[in-house]
This record gives sequence, C-alpha cells and structure tokens, in this order.
Amino acid sequence: MTYLDHAATTPVLPEVLAAVTEQMGRVGNASSLHAGGRAARRAAEQARERLAEALGARPSEVLFTGGGTESDNLALKGLYWARREADSRRRRLVVSPAEHHAVLDSAEWLAKHEGAEVTWLRLEPSGRVTPEALAEALGDGSDVAVASVMWANNEIGTVSDVAALAAVAHAAGVPLHTDAVQAVGQVPVDFAASGVDALTLTGHKLGGPMGAGALLLRRDAECTPLLHGGGQERDVRSGTLDVPVIVGLAVAATAAVTGREERAGRLAALRDRLVAGVLEQVPDAQLNGAPLDDVVAGGPGRLPGNAHLSFPGAEGDALLMLLDARGIECSTGSACSAGVARPSHVLTAVGADAARARSSLRFSLGHTSTDADVDALLAVIGPVVERARSAGMGRR
Amino acid sequence: MRVLAAMSGGVDSAVAAALAVDAGHDVTGVHLALSPDRQTLRSGARGCCSVEDAHDARRVADELGIPFYVWDLADRFREDVVEDFVAEYAAGRTPNPCLRCNERIKFTAVLDRARALGFDAVVTGHHARLADGRLRRSVDAAKDQSYVLGVLTAEQLAGARFPLGSMTKERVRAIAAERGFAVATKPDSHDVCFIPDGDTRGFLTRRLGTAPGPVVDAATGTTVGSHEGTHGFTVGQRRGLGLAVGDQRPRYVLSIEPVTRTVTVGTAELTGVDVVRTGPPTWTGPAPALPLRAEVQLRAHGTPVGCTVEAAPDGGLVLTLARTERGVAPGQSAVLYAPDPVHGDLVLGQAPVAR
Repeated sequence: MTYLDHAATTPVLPEVLAAVTEQMGRVGNASSLHAGGRAARRAAEQARERLAEALGARPSEVLFTGGGTESDNLALKGLYWARREADSRRRRLVVSPAEHHAVLDSAEWLAKHEGAEVTWLRLEPSGRVTPEALAEALGDGSDVAVASVMWANNEIGTVSDVAALAAVAHAAGVPLHTDAVQAVGQVPVDFAASGVDALTLTGHKLGGPMGAGALLLRRDAECTPLLHGGGQERDVRSGTLDVPVIVGLAVAATAAVTGREERAGRLAALRDRLVAGVLEQVPDAQLNGAPLDDVVAGGPGRLPGNAHLSFPGAEGDALLMLLDARGIECSTGSACSAGVARPSHVLTAVGADAARARSSLRFSLGHTSTDADVDALLAVIGPVVERARSAGMGRR
Repeated sequence: MRVLAAMSGGVDSAVAAALAVDAGHDVTGVHLALSPDRQTLRSGARGCCSVEDAHDARRVADELGIPFYVWDLADRFREDVVEDFVAEYAAGRTPNPCLRCNERIKFTAVLDRARALGFDAVVTGHHARLADGRLRRSVDAAKDQSYVLGVLTAEQLAGARFPLGSMTKERVRAIAAERGFAVATKPDSHDVCFIPDGDTRGFLTRRLGTAPGPVVDAATGTTVGSHEGTHGFTVGQRRGLGLAVGDQRPRYVLSIEPVTRTVTVGTAELTGVDVVRTGPPTWTGPAPALPLRAEVQLRAHGTPVGCTVEAAPDGGLVLTLARTERGVAPGQSAVLYAPDPVHGDLVLGQAPVAR
C-alpha cells in the first residue's frame, strides 16, 4: 500500500504508542487527590509543559481538547461571545473563505444563531491572506469580535505570514486565531513569537493519537466555555483529562518539532520529484496553490509535504477510485458526510472554476514517506488519468 | 471479472454484491446519490437516497471488504427521471420513473461510466433472471421486477448482472441474516423515491401549479365537477374524483386532455380496452418478426394478458388483447413477454402506451 494521505492522518510514532500504552495501564483521575490521582496529574502536567515548550507557549496557555474541531469551535465561539459581552458592538467575524469547515461552519453558525456578521477575507490566487487584505477587512476594528486565518491550508498547503497578520489584527485591537493543525511539524510554529491569541493543533497529524488536541490561548484572552462542568482546563474547558492521549500528544509534538527541519527538507525533495514526475506524464496537469519554492516570512510558503494538482477532463473521485484500486491512497480534498464529492471550497475560494475544482487530487507526504511511494504513484498516474478522462466528468 | 455493484443500502443490493464477491469477481461498491437535498434520516420505509441509506450500503461494503464510493448522479437523475416524470404528467400521461431510472441512470450513466473506468458489468439487486443475454421473470412472482427492466436493450443487458433472479425475497433476507447484515430486516422500499412523503399529487402541484378545469361525463357530455390540474389524475383512477353524479354509479377517469384541461370520466364498462396502440418499441434482443403472439403487461404488478402484436405504419405497435383490460394509462410501458413456465417468461421488449 502506498500511503499519500498524511494530511488526513499520519501513522502513530512508535514512541507515542509506547507512552500511551504505558499510561493507559495506570488508574487515576487527574482531578483526584489521592496518590493515583496525583500520578495522573503529574503525567498530564508534564505533558502540558512539554507541549508548551515544543510550541513556544507557556504551560498555562495550553488547553487540552478533543481535537482540532473542538479547538476551532472553542476559539471562534468562545472569543466571539466573550468579546461581544465586553462590548456589544463587536459582532463581526473576519475569516478566510479557505478555512477548514470547523472554522467556516462555526462562523456561519454564529451568524445564523448568535447575531454575528461574517466578513470574508480576500485571498491571493495562491490562497494566502496578506496583511493588507486583513487590514482592509478589519477597518478600525471596533466592531470586530475575532479574526481567524489558518497558518497553512489543509488542501493546497499555502502558508500565510501569521506573525504579520497578528500585528495587523492587534493594531486594530482584534484578537487573531489561527488553525495550525497542518503547520505544526512542517513549518516553524512558535506561539509567543507569532503573537497570535489562539492557536489550534491536533495530535493525529503529528504521529500522535486521534482525539487529542489543544488550543493554545493567551492568558489575557477572554474565552467563554463551550463545555461546562468541572472546569479542569482554566475553567474554559471541562471534562476529565484524557491523560493517556494527552501524554501521547506531547510526545508526538516534541518529536514533530525536534525533527522538523530534517524531515521538511526530505519531504520537500520527495514532493518536488512527485510533482515533476506527474507533470512529465500529464503535461496539462495544473499545480494548485503556491509555487513549490515559494517563500513567506523567510520560511516555506507551501507545506513541504503537500502536492495538490488538477487533471483537466478527469473527475477527482474517478481518479481516486482508480488509484485506490492500484493500492495508492490519496484524497480529493473534501467530502461531505454522505461521501458525495463536492467541488473543493478552497479551490473555489481562490477562483478556480467548478470543473477544475472537481478534477483535483491532494497527495500529502509525511514521516514514513519514501522514494518508493513516489515511484509507485509515478508508475500508474499516466494511464490512470487517461482512463479517468475517458470516463469524462460525469456531466453533460 | 471486474464488476461494479450498485448498492442502495437495501437488502437486495447488499446480497447481490455479496453473491458477486462469492462468485470470485473483483467487486467495487457504489452508492448512487440521486437527490440534491439528501435527508439525513430515512422517513418511513421509502427511499434509497438518505445519508442513512448510504451508511447502510457502506457498512455492507466494509463487511465484504470491497472498496466503496458514492457517485453523485443528482443532476442526471433530475434531468432524466424527475423532469421526465413531471413533463409526462403535464402532458396527461402516467410515467413509470423506476423504468426510466433503469433505462437512463443505472444502465446508461452508471454502466457507461463503469465501462470507461474498466469494469465489465454492473451488478444490481433487481429480481429478474438474466442468462445468456435473455431477460426473464424472477422465480419470485410477487417480487418480479422484469417489468421495470423491460426497456433495456441487448447492449445494456450485456453489461448487467442480476444475481437474485433465481431466488425468492425470503431467501435473500435469509442470506442477509446468515451473513449478519444489519439490513436483513430493513423494510422494502416502495413508491417514488424522490417523493418521500408519498404525496404525488402534492409534488406535482408544487412543480406545475394549479390549472383548474372541468370534469366531464363521457355519456352525457355534461360537466360533473372541477379539478385543480390534470396532473392529479391517471387513466383508470376511481378514488379522489370528488364528483356528485346523480346515478350513484362509480366513475373512472377515461382520458386526460391537458390542452383544454378536460378530465373525462365514465362508468366501469367504458374503461375497457381491447386494442392498445403504442409508440416505437425497444427490444431486449433481435427485433422479432411481426405479427407475433405474446403476453403483455400494461403496468407494474399488472396481470399479463395474451395478445397479438402487429406493426403500425407510424413505427409503433398495435396490440390486440385476448381479453378486455381496464384503466390502460398512456405513458405506461406495455412490456411484452413470451410465456415460459419452465425457464421463466422471456422479456421481449416494450413500447409506451400511446394516447
């Protein structure tokens, strides 16, 4: 099997498996006062400190959550409610239209049920949000509750200059949230240096367990809880701490960050070979997102493991099926709960027409990727595209 | 053989896919998303188009260990089946959308795409026998679906596989239960899948609006009632006419004239038909020599009746029936069979009943 879908989820690291398994064998609620509870508490707090250290945050800024979706919901809704409560004029959400659905749907829910108004950010053709576009959308900022711009896009891999965006937001007196689920471990992510107020990350994109995420939230950021109960996480998030997966998350984040530079160089080289090889066999394929060698703020302007291509005249789900039948696993980007392929909202947001948006595939590389994976794809991509084209676009 | 199993989420297509796997084929499952606004949950026993149905199909595919995909054919289905259904009613005819879906969606859009992607055939859970290119009734007479497949051509049938034709529905459910499929006891779907509340007249009124007209008695030529649109009626219909006729004898719809919006009704003896004229036929194999003695079925679940089949000068057929039939509705298919009590009645072809 050739796994080219690391952006969906990536294999668990052996050291994570060992740490989670060991912790799972122990009894103890981290909120309990006896010895077992204290041991669990110690493991959770050590994990919090390790995670904070890996990401340039203070331990008190780490809120453990159930994953990226919960962190995004908590940031958008929690910051919106708290900011509006402090000043009822703050009803605007300034959001990139290329965000993950956890952000998009939270913003739209707030607009539908909580009186919010969404201002969609203008995107560069690469999908990047520029500081100028953010400044333009914020205005004087007095009516804005929160802005949200992802660090790196999950479909096309475009990286934005989050530090510059945070500076613009703060000049307008507005907090900035960033979804860094794809960025952590692939590009340098330092919470304090970036200046953002809230940052989403999740374990299973890093070689950690599913169901473990975090929201890094500045101490001075007021955030209304979504989940009420024991108040375990700074009274912003309640629920018994899931110590085994929290431990696993911290181990994964440390590994992802310490090995990042070497891995990023290796993945970028593999990715460049993958894209060049595909374009050689399918000359009219189109690379979506930023150029492979793009630079932003002195770092990669595109995630090193990301290749996102459109194959004109072929339908993404036909390509996916044909590749799957040949043992190659990749993604069309987005699917609804019924599994019906929809044109990617990200490509649509950067101005691609529906046909291009429907004809795209995402290949994403990760820590287990090798030259053999790229070779396996290049061995079949030409005939697969030809066959999918003969099946047409399924439309008249 | 590489086969594509169309999986609705029901028990029949689940077992058909399982039998294809057992037969040693390389099977891929697809669920056809046919409705643009897919309901999350089934309402009642209808449907094959909810997210829950897609989930049921996926569960079976996962248990069988076969790849599974959802194909979005909502646009094609709307154009080729739903709009055809509405246009036929607007023209005063009574369409059969299941037959249209088999003709244009399952065995054109899906089969063409499957062949282009390298599959040899499409497997479905239809209850009909198909061997050596010959389409026959199912052994389960009550569940036989050969009527809604009668429109398929030899070329289409060459790419079709119906593994359930030689078994009863009871046996299909037993196989599903033996395999532990959760859909083993799922109720049969019925009615029109794109009208989930079952209110066909309401659906057509939403699409076509109201267009009032008279209800005229055939015997006297007098207006005996009024209606809100001819699309609310089918030839042969008795219920829901809302008439007040002095003689208390039941009235049936005899004809529908959409231009003048006239619905003509009459007593039972006036509904009889001995000769049926049709539009151009399609054949499941080589066109037979005419005239021909055969049996014809004039509606889904109708009782077949003997007939002679002759060619009409306009390219259609003239069917002279061995006994009088009542309520023969224009737009329905007249499916022709060669009776065969041993191997199952052979489907010869079909032609649409003309006005």
